[in-house]
Amino acid sequence: MAVQPEHPTSPQIAAGQDLAIELRGISKAFGAVQANKSIDLAVRRGTIHGIIGENGAGKSTLMSILYGFYRPDEGEILIGGQPVAITDSRAAIRAGIGMVFQHFKLVQNFTVLENVILGAEDGALLRPSLARARGELQRLARDYEMQVDPDEIVEELSVGHQQRVEILKALYRQADILILDEPTGVLTPAEADHLFRVLQGLRDEGKTIILITHKLREIMKITDNVSVMRRGEIVGTVATADTNPTAMAEMMVGRKVILKVDKAPARRGAPVLEIRGLRMVDDAGVERLRGIDLDIRAGEILGIAGVAGNGQSQLLEILGGFPEVGSKLSGRIAVNGHELPLDGRGADGQARRRAGIGHVPEDRQVEGLIMDFDAWENAAFGYHDAPEYNRGLLMDNAAIREDARGKMARFDVRPPDVELAARNFSGGNQQKIVVAREIERNPDLLLVGQPTRGVDIGAIEFIHKRIVELRDAGKAVLLVSVELDEIMALSDRIAVMFDGRIMGERLPEEATTTALGCLMAGMEPDAGPVQAAGGART
Amino acid sequence: MDVMTVVQILDSTVRLMTPLLLACLAGLYSERSGIFDIGLEGKMLMAAFSAGAVAALTGSAVLGLLAGILGSLALALVHGLASITFRGNQLISGVAINLFAGGFTVLVGQKLFGLGGRTPPVSGNARFSEITLPGATAIRDVPVIGPIYSEIISGHSPLVYLALLAVPLTWWVLYRTRFGLRLRAVGENPASVDTAGISVTRLRYSAVMICGVLCGIAGAYMAISLSAGFVKDMTAGRGYIALAALIFAKWRPWHALGATFLFGLLEAISNRFPQLHLGPITLSESFMLTLPYILTVVILAGFVGRAIPPRAGGEPYVKER
Repeated sequence: MAVQPEHPTSPQIAAGQDLAIELRGISKAFGAVQANKSIDLAVRRGTIHGIIGENGAGKSTLMSILYGFYRPDEGEILIGGQPVAITDSRAAIRAGIGMVFQHFKLVQNFTVLENVILGAEDGALLRPSLARARGELQRLARDYEMQVDPDEIVEELSVGHQQRVEILKALYRQADILILDEPTGVLTPAEADHLFRVLQGLRDEGKTIILITHKLREIMKITDNVSVMRRGEIVGTVATADTNPTAMAEMMVGRKVILKVDKAPARRGAPVLEIRGLRMVDDAGVERLRGIDLDIRAGEILGIAGVAGNGQSQLLEILGGFPEVGSKLSGRIAVNGHELPLDGRGADGQARRRAGIGHVPEDRQVEGLIMDFDAWENAAFGYHDAPEYNRGLLMDNAAIREDARGKMARFDVRPPDVELAARNFSGGNQQKIVVAREIERNPDLLLVGQPTRGVDIGAIEFIHKRIVELRDAGKAVLLVSVELDEIMALSDRIAVMFDGRIMGERLPEEATTTALGCLMAGMEPDAGPVQAAGGART
Repeated sequence: MDVMTVVQILDSTVRLMTPLLLACLAGLYSERSGIFDIGLEGKMLMAAFSAGAVAALTGSAVLGLLAGILGSLALALVHGLASITFRGNQLISGVAINLFAGGFTVLVGQKLFGLGGRTPPVSGNARFSEITLPGATAIRDVPVIGPIYSEIISGHSPLVYLALLAVPLTWWVLYRTRFGLRLRAVGENPASVDTAGISVTRLRYSAVMICGVLCGIAGAYMAISLSAGFVKDMTAGRGYIALAALIFAKWRPWHALGATFLFGLLEAISNRFPQLHLGPITLSESFMLTLPYILTVVILAGFVGRAIPPRAGGEPYVKER
């Protein structure tokens, strides 16, 4: 006897059908925040069920309840028709639930095999467990196309392979229900496609898969049914075949959103940033940048696409004035025709800001903000030497507060409370504080790293608009993002980085996702893999 | 330097390294589980006092040893409560334990025995006597092997052999058993253990308790085997040296044996030669006595290379997605 969720768009996932999981009236509050509000959800056995929603919509809380991390305040969970109390992860595993977290729960210096058996050992001694796991892993690898060397140390594996280990871990524990939380965030398009094939294979074997994501494309591509979450509630469950991305996006945010950024053609001016032959060797002797040549002109946005870890971060850090400790740099950087020193006192963040470079760093919580400091303090960091913030030897805190109040109002930061510590704002509002701080100094060149990572759709739109406005005011923007959609929507020119090199440049109107995907994986779209294509440009 | 001197120094090294080795292994269990333990010193001191006092009162070395272990375990439990259950700062908890042990032992010792914080000297059954290994007398006169076996290897307290056995045992536990796998995992990434359905708390408590037992044996050894009674502050920083050895050993059991051997050797040399004449230079007595401590600083500053502690070390575990 299953309860039909009362939503107009609900498909016929109804009574009498074979349900893998059923949630009835699940609620969970953290203090005053209602993370989940009487959630009803029914997932049919042998299907891929998507759960989509903005950041902070309550998806992850719901899944954490399913995996025993939190106890719900109300409601019950039925697995295979039987009510179960999921008190901890052990109970979840026993109920046949396997979870692949967004941040992998692997022991980095263990081998694949050790990670797989951890917690699922057969006895007090390891040898028999390891032997059995080795055989089982071979079988799983064969059945599901998930080859991975069982004796490799996990930290030596690519992110895609680490994720494979997580899935193997769940399958080794004989999970029937596999939950994946934002599984493609760190994958190349090719890796993501492979993951989808694996998931489809698992579904065809009769496993049930729950895919949590905020990416519409994935939902459309792979799921059978999809539930949309908004502000802690499920606003609808539909069969994927009966819907389209625009309708989904509307359900997610509750209003129409423009997935494309409205912008006039770029009016390019004089070159603002010129990079020639920039190389960087890190502390461990690995060459992270292998000769970067780039130009950005006034009034244009150059987007750098690429899978994380191909040198984009290093490039931003060097331009922003905080290269990794112990790294060796060579090459030339010039802003507005003035060459900038690569190291020494003239190359720190302060000097870079004086040279007209604003920086919205990739990791706002580490590089962009001091999480325990208040919003008004954060809104002035990096520019705290500015004359308007100081009075003689002392800081003019009243002026800084006033200034912060203005910034927060203009950027619609919520709540508009300058005395609130940065960590108490949502991701989107934290990012708005950083973006406001950097954009309002009116820099000639704005470096932007992952501007919308972990930011909800409303704030994404807002931030994108501000970046385009800065461009239209004749400033240069260097945008680094792992979100291809963002790069395509925002850039006037796209450069793709792979393995410390610029693989090629494309204009967004003529670039296809496939072509960019190839470049991101280090392949020329028409040719095979490129060997040592020293800064190849097209 | 003649052969006999070398043999004597090595013999003394084995005795002196034993408490270091036990404490080092104790720290290894705790730190491998992600609980930093600066309180090895305090636990050893507490154990030394408990062992000395109980051995003196009962005349039994075995009861003394048990008391030593209990005393150390009590402090280990405090450290566990502070750092696991209440998620406090592990360094502060450790320092508090050291300060407490320093004061408590002297206070209670004075109250019980009135000897200025000492315990009465113990002898006979109240002390662990030396064991002569089979055949030691027979091959004493065989060149090379004879002195090595009969002087260096044979003729130590049973606790010395226990400490030496603890090395392969620890290695085996760490790398060959389920418990060891989980212990290593919980010190690296407790979330991986938690999501695998294993209790982080229980694992860490087990590790801290094992640490308590080993520190207990170390302290008891000092009071009723190496010496004949407890003396105020008798551990004299050995807990810290054991920590240094642990870092030097990069948290690995066999390396811990090597590291503590080195520190034991230095102590043995400085005991054997109060003054050392190296050509024109004479190293003074006080310099020789500080040698192990100087070495500690030098090793930690420069010679360890990259010692990567267990990644979750020092961090209380809070469930997070």
